[in-house]
Amino acid sequence: MVTPNTELGYNSKVEGGVIVSRADAAINWIRTNSMWPMPMGLACCAIELMAVGGARFDIARFGAEVMRFSPRQSDVMIVAGTVTYKMAPQVRRIYDQMAAPKWVIAMGACASSGGMYRSYATLQGVDRIVPVDVYVSGCPPRPEALIDALMKLQTKVRSEPSASRLLSA
Amino acid sequence: MSAEAITALKAKFPQATDRASADHPAVNVPFGDVVAALRFLRDEWAFDLLMDLTAIDWAEGAAPRFTVVYHLLSTTRAGSYVRVATNCAGTDAEPTAPSVVSLWPGANWHERECFDMFGIKFEGHPDLRRILMWDGYPYHPLRKEFPLAGIETDLPVADIQEETGTRVIAAPMMGGPFVASPGEMNLTEAEPRAKDESWADREVRPDQTPLRQVKD
Ligand code: SF4
Repeated sequence: MVTPNTELGYNSKVEGGVIVSRADAAINWIRTNSMWPMPMGLACCAIELMAVGGARFDIARFGAEVMRFSPRQSDVMIVAGTVTYKMAPQVRRIYDQMAAPKWVIAMGACASSGGMYRSYATLQGVDRIVPVDVYVSGCPPRPEALIDALMKLQTKVRSEPSASRLLSA
Repeated sequence: MSAEAITALKAKFPQATDRASADHPAVNVPFGDVVAALRFLRDEWAFDLLMDLTAIDWAEGAAPRFTVVYHLLSTTRAGSYVRVATNCAGTDAEPTAPSVVSLWPGANWHERECFDMFGIKFEGHPDLRRILMWDGYPYHPLRKEFPLAGIETDLPVADIQEETGTRVIAAPMMGGPFVASPGEMNLTEAEPRAKDESWADREVRPDQTPLRQVKD
């Protein structure tokens, strides 16, 4: 039988008054649970990215359903597709326009390494122009793989020294 | 139908010759006659749709080096489809062909693509710019002397290149291009793969700039 420990676990006198935590933990908790993606859909992978946003896979469960088409409002750029050299400067430009803190997920073989496009026209991996936090393998990756990448990114963000970075910025 | 059109074309333009073709009738037309011949086909034989306009590079040093091919279809006479080819004039570095935008407005982008990929100047084209590669790209990628991996050059935007330190590189082919082995009955073996895997991203090929990542 479970006996509630009213003395230590819950004191109604200070309810709503005090929360003790580390600043990092609080900031990172806030950040991880609403990462608004910048959908950089450039080729076939973008179709799977759309599926992730749809009802069946529902990335809303992880707080990332608000696809922003404005870099000013987004936190994580999901590069889904083949980045050509012609497009590369625009990708970097949009990354530069995103407000910090910002992260990048390279979704699929093309974004991660150029994929099967070993050719004169294709950037050989988006990490040549923007810093990438999580790479997702697959051509295209299944929606679950992208959700896994988002969870990996959340894990990564949870361990970031956000408070000291904010203070030093 | 197509064959009759070609016969009539050859009667009108005696210098036109038959062109080997596995399916539809095809004809070679001298450079000077090509616009008149195409107009004849369009107006007299109802070839109202330019299906495709493409070019052939016969290899470095070949004469003629470039040939432009027009694919014509008639939408009003079922089954009418012909090809017309003409050898480019001009030099190997700057071949020329007449523009047919005045006959079929749809030729506009086809000719731009042909110019982009082969460097063929279409004389009389209203707006001959690159269509796939960016303006200022120095090469024509479908020419025979151009390697599939590409040639090192600058990114389209200078300040991004400065910021990231990244250039357009010759793609690491990893021993590729990745080719299937034809006639291979074992499907695993027949999968497209590189034939020489002695070097990779981490082991830089001596004639290339190493790939680098942007960290911040
Ligand atoms: S990794 Fe595959 S699915 Fe994704 S953009 Fe490249 S080719 Fe398309």
